[in-house]
Amino acid sequence: MDMGTFRGITTLLILIAFLGIVAWAYSKRRRKDFDEAANLPFADEQDDAGHDDRASPDVDARQDRGDRNT
Amino acid sequence: MKTAFEHPVYNYKVVRQFAIMTVVWGIIGMLLGVIIAAQLVWPELNLGLPWTSFGRLRPLHTNAVIFAFGGSALMATSYYVVQRTCQVRLISDKLAAFTFWGWQAVIVSAVITLPLGFTTSKEYAELEWPINILIAVVWISYAIVFLGTIKQRKTAHIYVANWFYAAFILTVAVLHIVNNAAIPVGAFKSYSIYPGAVDAMVQWWWGHNAVGFFLTAGFLGMMYYFVPKQAERPIYSYRLSIVHFWALITTYMWAGAHHLHYTALPDWAQSLGMIMSIILLAPSWGGMINGMMTLSGAWHKLRTDPTLRFLVVALSFYGMSTFEGPMMAVKTVNALSHYTDWTIGHVHSGALGWVAMITIGSMYHLIPRLYGDTDMYSVKLIAVHFWLATIGTVLYIAAMWVNGILQGLMWRAVNADGTLMYTFVEALEASHPGYVVRWIGGLFWVTGMLLMALNVYMTVKRSNAEPQPLPQTA
Repeated sequence: MDMGTFRGITTLLILIAFLGIVAWAYSKRRRKDFDEAANLPFADEQDDAGHDDRASPDVDARQDRGDRNT
Repeated sequence: MKTAFEHPVYNYKVVRQFAIMTVVWGIIGMLLGVIIAAQLVWPELNLGLPWTSFGRLRPLHTNAVIFAFGGSALMATSYYVVQRTCQVRLISDKLAAFTFWGWQAVIVSAVITLPLGFTTSKEYAELEWPINILIAVVWISYAIVFLGTIKQRKTAHIYVANWFYAAFILTVAVLHIVNNAAIPVGAFKSYSIYPGAVDAMVQWWWGHNAVGFFLTAGFLGMMYYFVPKQAERPIYSYRLSIVHFWALITTYMWAGAHHLHYTALPDWAQSLGMIMSIILLAPSWGGMINGMMTLSGAWHKLRTDPTLRFLVVALSFYGMSTFEGPMMAVKTVNALSHYTDWTIGHVHSGALGWVAMITIGSMYHLIPRLYGDTDMYSVKLIAVHFWLATIGTVLYIAAMWVNGILQGLMWRAVNADGTLMYTFVEALEASHPGYVVRWIGGLFWVTGMLLMALNVYMTVKRSNAEPQPLPQTA
Protein backbone atom coordinates (compact mmCIF):
# COMPACT_ATOMS: atom_id res chain seq x y z
CA MET A 1 0.00 0.00 0.00
CA ASP A 2 1.47 3.38 -0.90
CA MET A 3 1.45 6.35 1.47
CA GLY A 4 -1.40 8.13 -0.36
CA THR A 5 -3.78 5.16 0.02
CA PHE A 6 -2.80 4.75 3.67
CA ARG A 7 -3.55 8.41 4.41
CA GLY A 8 -6.84 8.18 2.52
CA ILE A 9 -7.90 5.15 4.58
CA THR A 10 -6.95 6.73 7.92
CA THR A 11 -8.84 9.92 7.02
CA LEU A 12 -11.89 7.81 6.16
CA LEU A 13 -11.62 5.81 9.41
CA ILE A 14 -11.40 8.98 11.48
CA LEU A 15 -14.41 10.45 9.65
CA ILE A 16 -16.38 7.27 10.35
CA ALA A 17 -15.35 7.39 14.03
CA PHE A 18 -16.47 11.00 14.28
CA LEU A 19 -19.83 10.33 12.60
CA GLY A 20 -20.22 7.30 14.88
CA ILE A 21 -19.74 9.45 17.99
CA VAL A 22 -22.22 12.04 16.69
CA ALA A 23 -24.79 9.34 15.82
CA TRP A 24 -24.36 7.73 19.25
CA ALA A 25 -24.55 11.04 21.13
CA TYR A 26 -27.65 12.20 19.26
CA SER A 27 -29.49 8.85 19.16
CA LYS A 28 -32.99 8.80 20.70
CA ARG A 29 -32.13 5.87 22.95
CA ARG A 30 -29.43 7.85 24.77
CA ARG A 31 -31.68 10.82 25.44
CA LYS A 32 -32.97 9.81 28.87
CA ASP A 33 -29.52 8.88 30.15
CA PHE A 34 -28.00 12.13 29.00
CA ASP A 35 -30.78 14.20 30.53
CA GLU A 36 -30.14 12.45 33.82
CA ALA A 37 -26.40 13.02 33.50
CA ALA A 38 -26.90 16.70 32.63
CA ASN A 39 -28.72 17.16 35.95
CA LEU A 40 -25.99 15.59 38.09
CA PRO A 41 -24.61 18.97 39.26
CA PHE A 42 -28.02 19.60 40.87
CA ALA A 43 -28.64 16.08 42.14
CA ASP A 44 -27.06 16.63 45.57
CA GLU A 45 -28.42 20.12 46.03
CA GLN A 46 -30.28 19.44 49.26
CA ASP A 47 -27.02 19.94 51.16
CA ASP A 48 -26.26 23.17 49.36
CA ALA A 49 -27.71 25.80 51.68
CA GLY A 50 -29.93 28.38 50.01
CA HIS A 51 -30.37 26.50 46.76
CA ASP A 52 -33.08 24.05 47.71
CA ASP A 53 -35.75 25.70 45.51
CA ARG A 54 -35.06 23.15 42.80
CA ALA A 55 -36.90 20.27 44.40
CA SER A 56 -36.21 17.54 41.87
CA PRO A 57 -34.25 17.46 38.67
CA ASP A 58 -36.80 17.98 35.93
CA VAL A 59 -35.80 15.73 33.07
CA ASP A 60 -37.56 17.68 30.33
CA ALA A 61 -36.72 21.10 31.73
CA ARG A 62 -34.58 21.90 28.71
CA GLN A 63 -37.60 21.75 26.41
CA ASP A 64 -39.87 24.21 28.19
CA ARG A 65 -37.12 26.70 28.73
CA GLY A 66 -36.98 29.06 25.80
CA ASP A 67 -35.02 32.26 25.87
CA ARG A 68 -37.37 34.66 27.61
CA ASN A 69 -34.90 37.45 27.54
CA THR A 70 -36.36 39.18 24.48
CA MET B 1 -13.39 26.30 64.20
CA LYS B 2 -12.75 24.03 61.24
CA THR B 3 -14.94 21.16 62.40
CA ALA B 4 -18.07 23.29 62.03
CA PHE B 5 -17.79 23.15 58.24
CA GLU B 6 -16.76 19.56 57.84
CA HIS B 7 -19.15 18.01 55.35
CA PRO B 8 -20.70 14.75 56.54
CA VAL B 9 -19.76 12.94 53.34
CA TYR B 10 -17.25 14.93 51.32
CA ASN B 11 -13.62 15.86 51.96
CA TYR B 12 -13.76 19.66 51.81
CA LYS B 13 -10.52 20.17 53.72
CA VAL B 14 -8.24 19.53 50.74
CA VAL B 15 -10.54 21.58 48.49
CA ARG B 16 -10.29 24.52 50.94
CA GLN B 17 -6.50 24.23 51.07
CA PHE B 18 -6.16 24.26 47.29
CA ALA B 19 -8.76 27.04 46.92
CA ILE B 20 -6.94 29.36 49.33
CA MET B 21 -3.59 28.61 47.68
CA THR B 22 -5.14 29.42 44.30
CA VAL B 23 -5.66 32.98 45.49
CA VAL B 24 -2.23 33.19 47.13
CA TRP B 25 -0.33 31.84 44.09
CA GLY B 26 -2.50 33.94 41.79
CA ILE B 27 -1.28 37.12 43.52
CA ILE B 28 2.37 35.98 43.58
CA GLY B 29 2.37 34.76 39.97
CA MET B 30 0.69 37.86 38.61
CA LEU B 31 2.88 40.16 40.69
CA LEU B 32 5.92 38.45 39.14
CA GLY B 33 4.34 39.14 35.76
CA VAL B 34 3.97 42.82 36.62
CA ILE B 35 7.60 42.96 37.77
CA ILE B 36 8.97 41.49 34.53
CA ALA B 37 6.59 43.67 32.49
CA ALA B 38 8.08 46.67 34.35
CA GLN B 39 11.59 45.37 33.61
CA LEU B 40 10.79 45.54 29.89
CA VAL B 41 9.81 49.20 30.35
CA TRP B 42 12.62 50.12 32.79
CA PRO B 43 15.45 47.57 32.33
CA GLU B 44 17.27 48.88 35.45
CA LEU B 45 14.63 47.07 37.53
CA ASN B 46 16.56 43.83 37.07
CA LEU B 47 18.75 45.40 39.80
CA GLY B 48 21.85 44.16 37.98
CA LEU B 49 21.62 40.86 39.85
CA PRO B 50 21.50 37.44 38.14
CA TRP B 51 18.70 36.19 40.44
CA THR B 52 16.34 39.02 39.54
CA SER B 53 17.13 39.16 35.82
CA PHE B 54 14.33 38.83 33.27
CA GLY B 55 15.58 35.49 31.97
CA ARG B 56 15.22 33.88 35.39
CA LEU B 57 12.08 35.59 36.63
CA ARG B 58 10.11 35.00 33.43
CA PRO B 59 10.01 31.17 33.80
CA LEU B 60 9.20 31.70 37.48
CA HIS B 61 6.20 33.83 36.42
CA THR B 62 4.95 31.25 33.90
CA ASN B 63 5.42 28.36 36.33
CA ALA B 64 3.71 30.30 39.13
CA VAL B 65 0.64 31.29 37.12
CA ILE B 66 0.22 28.03 35.17
CA PHE B 67 1.19 25.35 37.66
CA ALA B 68 0.81 27.10 41.03
CA PHE B 69 -2.30 29.24 40.40
CA GLY B 70 -3.84 27.16 37.60
CA GLY B 71 -2.77 23.83 39.09
CA SER B 72 -4.17 24.63 42.56
CA ALA B 73 -7.42 25.83 40.98
CA LEU B 74 -7.74 22.64 38.92
CA MET B 75 -7.04 20.41 41.91
CA ALA B 76 -9.45 22.35 44.17
CA THR B 77 -12.30 22.28 41.66
CA SER B 78 -11.69 18.74 40.40
CA TYR B 79 -11.77 17.36 43.95
CA TYR B 80 -14.95 19.32 44.65
CA VAL B 81 -16.72 18.47 41.39
CA VAL B 82 -15.83 14.77 41.44
CA GLN B 83 -17.19 14.38 44.97
CA ARG B 84 -20.40 16.30 44.32
CA THR B 85 -21.26 14.75 40.98
CA CYS B 86 -20.29 11.22 42.04
CA GLN B 87 -21.86 11.74 45.47
CA VAL B 88 -19.03 10.02 47.24
CA ARG B 89 -16.03 11.04 49.36
CA LEU B 90 -12.53 11.10 47.86
CA ILE B 91 -11.10 7.60 47.84
CA SER B 92 -8.26 8.51 50.23
CA ASP B 93 -7.91 11.55 52.49
CA LYS B 94 -4.24 10.79 53.10
CA LEU B 95 -3.35 10.56 49.41
CA ALA B 96 -5.36 13.73 48.74
CA ALA B 97 -3.40 15.51 51.51
CA PHE B 98 -0.19 14.20 49.93
CA THR B 99 -1.17 15.74 46.56
CA PHE B 100 -1.69 19.09 48.29
CA TRP B 101 1.58 19.17 50.21
CA GLY B 102 3.48 17.52 47.34
CA TRP B 103 2.22 20.08 44.84
CA GLN B 104 3.11 22.97 47.16
CA ALA B 105 6.59 21.44 47.59
CA VAL B 106 6.99 21.38 43.79
CA ILE B 107 6.07 25.06 43.60
CA VAL B 108 8.39 26.06 46.43
CA SER B 109 11.21 24.14 44.69
CA ALA B 110 10.48 26.13 41.53
CA VAL B 111 10.58 29.38 43.50
CA ILE B 112 14.02 28.42 44.82
CA THR B 113 15.68 26.78 41.79
CA LEU B 114 14.53 29.00 38.91
CA PRO B 115 16.01 32.28 40.26
CA LEU B 116 19.22 30.34 41.03
CA GLY B 117 19.41 29.52 37.33
CA PHE B 118 18.73 25.77 37.40
CA THR B 119 16.77 25.13 34.23
CA THR B 120 16.33 22.56 31.47
CA SER B 121 15.57 25.51 29.15
CA LYS B 122 12.42 23.73 27.91
CA GLU B 123 9.54 26.19 27.96
CA TYR B 124 6.87 25.37 30.59
CA ALA B 125 9.09 22.41 31.58
CA GLU B 126 12.05 24.35 32.99
CA LEU B 127 12.27 22.48 36.28
CA GLU B 128 15.23 20.14 36.67
CA TRP B 129 15.07 16.37 37.02
CA PRO B 130 14.73 15.88 40.81
CA ILE B 131 11.68 18.18 40.82
CA ASN B 132 10.32 16.44 37.71
CA ILE B 133 10.38 13.13 39.56
CA LEU B 134 8.46 14.70 42.45
CA ILE B 135 5.93 16.14 39.96
CA ALA B 136 5.44 12.69 38.42
CA VAL B 137 4.85 11.09 41.85
CA VAL B 138 2.39 13.79 42.94
CA TRP B 139 0.61 13.71 39.60
CA ILE B 140 0.17 9.93 39.62
CA SER B 141 -1.21 10.18 43.19
CA TYR B 142 -3.62 12.86 41.94
CA ALA B 143 -4.72 10.51 39.13
CA ILE B 144 -5.28 7.70 41.65
CA VAL B 145 -7.37 9.92 43.97
CA PHE B 146 -9.45 11.36 41.12
CA LEU B 147 -10.02 8.20 39.07
CA GLY B 148 -10.43 6.06 42.21
CA THR B 149 -13.17 8.39 43.39
CA ILE B 150 -14.97 8.11 40.03
CA LYS B 151 -14.67 4.34 40.21
CA GLN B 152 -16.59 4.13 43.50
CA ARG B 153 -19.25 6.70 42.52
CA LYS B 154 -22.82 6.38 43.76
CA THR B 155 -24.34 7.80 40.56
CA ALA B 156 -25.02 5.89 37.34
CA HIS B 157 -23.27 8.37 35.05
CA ILE B 158 -19.90 10.06 34.99
CA TYR B 159 -20.72 13.76 34.57
CA VAL B 160 -19.03 15.37 31.56
CA ALA B 161 -16.91 17.71 33.72
CA ASN B 162 -15.19 14.62 35.15
CA TRP B 163 -14.41 13.37 31.64
CA PHE B 164 -12.57 16.59 30.93
CA TYR B 165 -10.73 16.52 34.28
CA ALA B 166 -9.78 12.86 33.74
CA ALA B 167 -8.46 13.54 30.22
CA PHE B 168 -6.45 16.47 31.58
CA ILE B 169 -4.93 14.42 34.41
CA LEU B 170 -4.03 11.38 32.30
CA THR B 171 -2.66 13.34 29.35
CA VAL B 172 -0.54 15.66 31.48
CA ALA B 173 0.96 12.59 33.20
CA VAL B 174 1.99 11.09 29.85
CA LEU B 175 3.22 14.40 28.41
CA HIS B 176 5.23 15.30 31.49
CA ILE B 177 6.98 11.94 31.73
CA VAL B 178 7.79 11.70 28.00
CA ASN B 179 8.96 15.30 27.60
CA ASN B 180 11.16 15.25 30.69
CA ALA B 181 12.95 12.00 29.88
CA ALA B 182 16.55 13.10 30.48
CA ILE B 183 19.96 11.87 31.53
CA PRO B 184 21.09 13.51 34.82
CA VAL B 185 24.70 14.63 34.90
CA GLY B 186 24.58 16.39 38.26
CA ALA B 187 22.24 17.19 41.14
CA PHE B 188 20.53 19.94 39.12
CA LYS B 189 21.70 19.36 35.56
CA SER B 190 20.37 16.97 32.95
CA TYR B 191 20.29 16.54 29.18
CA SER B 192 17.20 15.56 27.21
CA ILE B 193 17.38 12.09 25.69
CA TYR B 194 15.99 13.45 22.40
CA PRO B 195 18.32 14.93 19.78
CA GLY B 196 17.89 18.14 17.77
CA ALA B 197 14.64 18.61 15.86
CA VAL B 198 13.09 15.58 17.61
CA ASP B 199 13.71 17.29 20.96
CA ALA B 200 12.02 20.42 19.62
CA MET B 201 9.02 18.43 18.41
CA VAL B 202 8.67 16.53 21.71
CA GLN B 203 9.03 19.81 23.60
CA TRP B 204 6.21 21.49 21.64
CA TRP B 205 4.10 18.36 21.67
CA TRP B 206 4.27 18.90 25.43
CA GLY B 207 4.15 22.70 25.20
CA HIS B 208 1.00 22.92 23.15
CA ASN B 209 -0.72 20.18 25.09
CA ALA B 210 0.12 22.04 28.29
CA VAL B 211 -2.15 24.63 26.69
CA GLY B 212 -4.60 22.06 25.29
CA PHE B 213 -4.98 19.79 28.27
CA PHE B 214 -3.75 21.71 31.32
CA LEU B 215 -5.13 25.14 30.37
CA THR B 216 -8.08 24.01 28.23
CA ALA B 217 -9.46 20.55 28.99
CA GLY B 218 -9.00 21.00 32.76
CA PHE B 219 -10.65 24.41 32.77
CA LEU B 220 -13.44 23.14 30.49
CA GLY B 221 -14.15 20.64 33.26
CA MET B 222 -14.51 23.65 35.55
CA MET B 223 -16.76 25.36 32.99
CA TYR B 224 -19.07 22.33 32.63
CA TYR B 225 -19.77 22.31 36.36
CA PHE B 226 -19.65 25.93 37.52
CA VAL B 227 -21.45 27.60 34.59
CA PRO B 228 -24.56 25.39 34.99
CA LYS B 229 -24.38 25.76 38.78
CA GLN B 230 -24.10 29.53 38.80
CA ALA B 231 -26.72 29.91 36.02
CA GLU B 232 -28.93 27.38 37.89
CA ARG B 233 -29.78 25.39 34.78
CA PRO B 234 -28.26 22.29 33.19
CA ILE B 235 -25.76 22.55 30.36
CA TYR B 236 -27.36 23.64 27.05
CA SER B 237 -26.69 20.35 25.28
CA TYR B 238 -25.23 17.32 26.98
CA ARG B 239 -24.96 15.61 23.59
CA LEU B 240 -22.88 18.45 22.20
CA SER B 241 -20.64 18.17 25.25
CA ILE B 242 -19.88 14.54 24.36
CA VAL B 243 -19.02 15.36 20.75
CA HIS B 244 -17.05 18.37 22.07
CA PHE B 245 -15.04 16.13 24.40
CA TRP B 246 -14.01 13.47 21.90
CA ALA B 247 -13.34 15.94 19.07
CA LEU B 248 -11.27 18.24 21.29
CA ILE B 249 -9.04 15.60 22.85
CA THR B 250 -8.34 13.78 19.56
CA THR B 251 -7.44 16.99 17.71
CA TYR B 252 -5.37 18.87 20.32
CA MET B 253 -2.72 16.14 20.40
CA TRP B 254 -1.54 16.99 16.87
CA ALA B 255 -1.35 20.78 16.92
CA GLY B 256 2.04 21.32 18.65
CA ALA B 257 4.07 21.54 15.44
CA HIS B 258 2.63 25.01 14.75
CA HIS B 259 5.13 26.33 17.30
CA LEU B 260 7.92 25.26 14.93
CA HIS B 261 6.88 26.80 11.60
CA TYR B 262 9.83 27.59 9.32
CA THR B 263 12.30 25.69 11.50
CA ALA B 264 14.33 22.49 10.95
CA LEU B 265 11.16 20.47 11.57
CA PRO B 266 10.13 18.55 8.40
CA ASP B 267 7.71 20.53 6.26
CA TRP B 268 5.01 17.85 6.35
CA ALA B 269 5.00 17.98 10.17
CA GLN B 270 4.59 21.77 10.08
CA SER B 271 1.67 21.47 7.64
CA LEU B 272 0.06 18.76 9.75
CA GLY B 273 0.34 21.00 12.82
CA MET B 274 -1.25 23.86 10.86
CA ILE B 275 -4.18 21.80 9.54
CA MET B 276 -4.91 20.23 12.93
CA SER B 277 -4.84 23.69 14.52
CA ILE B 278 -7.40 24.95 12.02
CA ILE B 279 -9.65 21.92 12.63
CA LEU B 280 -9.43 22.71 16.37
CA LEU B 281 -11.60 25.78 15.84
CA ALA B 282 -14.66 23.53 15.47
CA PRO B 283 -14.56 21.64 18.80
CA SER B 284 -13.37 24.77 20.63
CA TRP B 285 -16.31 26.81 19.45
CA GLY B 286 -18.65 23.87 20.03
CA GLY B 287 -17.68 24.00 23.69
CA MET B 288 -17.88 27.77 23.90
CA ILE B 289 -21.36 27.83 22.34
CA ASN B 290 -22.47 25.07 24.70
CA GLY B 291 -21.38 27.11 27.70
CA MET B 292 -22.85 30.38 26.43
CA MET B 293 -26.20 28.87 25.44
CA THR B 294 -26.56 27.47 28.97
CA LEU B 295 -27.51 31.03 29.88
CA SER B 296 -30.39 30.92 27.44
CA GLY B 297 -33.33 32.24 29.45
CA ALA B 298 -31.06 33.44 32.24
CA TRP B 299 -29.24 36.33 30.58
CA HIS B 300 -30.86 38.74 33.02
CA LYS B 301 -28.79 37.16 35.81
CA LEU B 302 -25.71 38.83 34.34
CA ARG B 303 -27.06 42.18 35.53
CA THR B 304 -26.97 41.22 39.18
CA ASP B 305 -24.44 38.40 39.37
CA PRO B 306 -20.79 39.40 38.80
CA THR B 307 -19.66 35.80 39.42
CA LEU B 308 -21.69 34.66 36.42
CA ARG B 309 -20.25 37.61 34.50
CA PHE B 310 -16.74 36.29 35.17
CA LEU B 311 -17.75 32.86 33.84
CA VAL B 312 -19.44 34.20 30.71
CA VAL B 313 -16.72 36.71 29.82
CA ALA B 314 -14.22 33.86 30.29
CA LEU B 315 -16.13 31.94 27.62
CA SER B 316 -16.05 34.99 25.33
CA PHE B 317 -12.28 35.25 25.67
CA TYR B 318 -12.06 31.49 25.14
CA GLY B 319 -13.94 31.86 21.86
CA MET B 320 -11.74 34.77 20.84
CA SER B 321 -8.44 33.03 21.68
CA THR B 322 -9.48 29.81 19.97
CA PHE B 323 -10.22 31.78 16.81
CA GLU B 324 -6.97 33.72 17.04
CA GLY B 325 -4.90 30.58 17.70
CA PRO B 326 -5.85 28.65 14.53
CA MET B 327 -5.40 31.85 12.53
CA MET B 328 -1.87 32.34 13.93
CA ALA B 329 -1.09 28.68 13.18
CA VAL B 330 -1.55 29.34 9.44
CA LYS B 331 2.00 29.47 8.13
CA THR B 332 1.62 32.76 6.24
CA VAL B 333 0.11 34.51 9.29
CA ASN B 334 2.75 32.90 11.50
CA ALA B 335 5.46 34.38 9.27
CA LEU B 336 4.29 37.77 10.54
CA SER B 337 3.29 36.91 14.11
CA HIS B 338 5.95 34.45 15.28
CA TYR B 339 8.58 35.66 17.79
CA THR B 340 6.66 38.95 18.18
CA ASP B 341 4.57 40.25 21.09
CA TRP B 342 1.44 39.08 19.26
CA THR B 343 2.19 35.60 20.61
CA ILE B 344 2.45 36.98 24.15
CA GLY B 345 -0.85 38.81 23.63
CA HIS B 346 -2.51 35.62 22.37
CA VAL B 347 -1.25 33.62 25.34
CA HIS B 348 -2.59 36.22 27.78
CA SER B 349 -5.93 36.51 26.02
CA GLY B 350 -6.22 32.82 26.86
CA ALA B 351 -4.45 32.92 30.23
CA LEU B 352 -6.07 36.03 31.70
CA GLY B 353 -9.31 36.13 29.71
CA TRP B 354 -10.13 32.45 29.77
CA VAL B 355 -8.14 30.56 32.41
CA ALA B 356 -7.96 33.20 35.14
CA MET B 357 -11.52 34.47 34.66
CA ILE B 358 -13.13 31.02 34.66
CA THR B 359 -11.03 30.21 37.75
CA ILE B 360 -12.02 33.38 39.58
CA GLY B 361 -15.69 32.89 38.70
CA SER B 362 -15.51 29.30 39.94
CA MET B 363 -13.71 30.37 43.14
CA TYR B 364 -16.37 32.98 43.93
CA HIS B 365 -18.95 30.19 43.62
CA LEU B 366 -16.87 27.61 45.48
CA ILE B 367 -15.20 29.44 48.38
CA PRO B 368 -18.35 30.55 50.24
CA ARG B 369 -19.78 27.03 49.89
CA LEU B 370 -16.64 25.58 51.47
CA TYR B 371 -17.24 27.83 54.46
CA GLY B 372 -20.91 27.07 55.00
CA ASP B 373 -22.49 29.87 52.99
CA THR B 374 -23.59 30.61 49.43
CA ASP B 375 -22.38 34.17 48.93
CA MET B 376 -19.07 35.91 49.22
CA TYR B 377 -18.63 38.59 51.89
CA SER B 378 -19.09 41.36 49.32
CA VAL B 379 -20.78 40.99 45.92
CA LYS B 380 -19.85 44.60 45.14
CA LEU B 381 -16.16 43.75 45.48
CA ILE B 382 -16.65 40.90 42.97
CA ALA B 383 -18.15 43.43 40.56
CA VAL B 384 -15.17 45.76 41.02
CA HIS B 385 -12.80 42.82 40.54
CA PHE B 386 -14.67 41.89 37.35
CA TRP B 387 -14.14 45.31 35.80
CA LEU B 388 -10.50 45.50 36.88
CA ALA B 389 -9.86 42.09 35.31
CA THR B 390 -11.72 42.89 32.09
CA ILE B 391 -10.08 46.29 31.57
CA GLY B 392 -6.67 44.81 32.50
CA THR B 393 -7.04 42.03 29.93
CA VAL B 394 -8.17 44.37 27.16
CA LEU B 395 -5.28 46.78 27.84
CA TYR B 396 -2.84 43.89 27.85
CA ILE B 397 -3.92 42.18 24.65
CA ALA B 398 -4.56 45.40 22.68
CA ALA B 399 -1.03 46.61 23.54
CA MET B 400 0.46 43.29 22.46
CA TRP B 401 -1.52 43.20 19.18
CA VAL B 402 -0.21 46.63 18.27
CA ASN B 403 3.35 45.74 19.32
CA GLY B 404 3.27 42.35 17.61
CA ILE B 405 2.10 43.59 14.23
CA LEU B 406 4.45 46.55 14.46
CA GLN B 407 7.42 44.28 15.22
CA GLY B 408 6.46 41.75 12.54
CA LEU B 409 6.18 44.45 9.88
CA MET B 410 9.37 46.26 10.93
CA TRP B 411 11.44 43.06 11.11
CA ARG B 412 10.62 41.97 7.60
CA ALA B 413 10.59 45.37 5.86
CA VAL B 414 13.37 45.40 3.26
CA ASN B 415 14.91 48.14 1.15
CA ALA B 416 15.03 47.96 -2.64
CA ASP B 417 18.54 46.49 -2.45
CA GLY B 418 17.38 43.68 -0.15
CA THR B 419 18.90 45.01 3.08
CA LEU B 420 16.77 45.29 6.24
CA MET B 421 14.96 48.61 6.59
CA TYR B 422 15.11 48.66 10.40
CA THR B 423 17.56 47.46 13.01
CA PHE B 424 16.22 45.28 15.83
CA VAL B 425 16.72 48.09 18.32
CA GLU B 426 14.50 50.41 16.28
CA ALA B 427 11.65 47.87 16.54
CA LEU B 428 12.33 47.58 20.26
CA GLU B 429 12.16 51.35 20.73
CA ALA B 430 8.88 51.48 18.82
CA SER B 431 7.51 48.82 21.21
CA HIS B 432 8.12 50.94 24.30
CA PRO B 433 4.63 52.55 24.58
CA GLY B 434 3.01 49.12 24.23
CA TYR B 435 5.12 47.80 27.10
CA VAL B 436 3.92 50.64 29.33
CA VAL B 437 0.26 49.87 28.50
CA ARG B 438 0.84 46.15 29.10
CA TRP B 439 2.36 46.92 32.52
CA ILE B 440 -0.68 49.05 33.42
CA GLY B 441 -2.97 46.18 32.35
CA GLY B 442 -1.01 43.91 34.68
CA LEU B 443 -1.41 46.37 37.55
CA PHE B 444 -5.20 46.27 37.03
CA TRP B 445 -5.04 42.49 37.34
CA VAL B 446 -2.96 42.42 40.52
CA THR B 447 -5.20 45.05 42.12
CA GLY B 448 -8.22 42.86 41.31
CA MET B 449 -6.54 39.82 42.82
CA LEU B 450 -5.76 41.75 46.02
CA LEU B 451 -9.45 42.69 46.29
CA MET B 452 -10.27 39.02 45.82
CA ALA B 453 -7.89 38.10 48.65
CA LEU B 454 -9.61 40.65 50.90
CA ASN B 455 -13.03 39.31 49.95
CA VAL B 456 -11.94 35.71 50.58
CA TYR B 457 -10.37 36.67 53.92
CA MET B 458 -13.58 38.39 55.06
CA THR B 459 -15.69 35.43 53.87
CA VAL B 460 -13.58 33.00 55.90
CA LYS B 461 -13.54 35.33 58.90
CA ARG B 462 -17.33 35.76 58.78
CA SER B 463 -17.86 32.02 58.76
CA ASN B 464 -15.52 31.62 61.74
CA ALA B 465 -17.55 34.18 63.67
CA GLU B 466 -20.91 32.50 63.12
CA PRO B 467 -20.48 28.88 62.19
CA GLN B 468 -23.38 27.47 60.20
CA PRO B 469 -23.10 23.70 60.22
CA LEU B 470 -24.26 22.06 57.02
CA PRO B 471 -27.48 20.01 57.15
CA GLN B 472 -26.78 16.33 57.60
CA THR B 473 -28.82 15.09 54.65
CA ALA B 474 -26.41 13.65 52.12
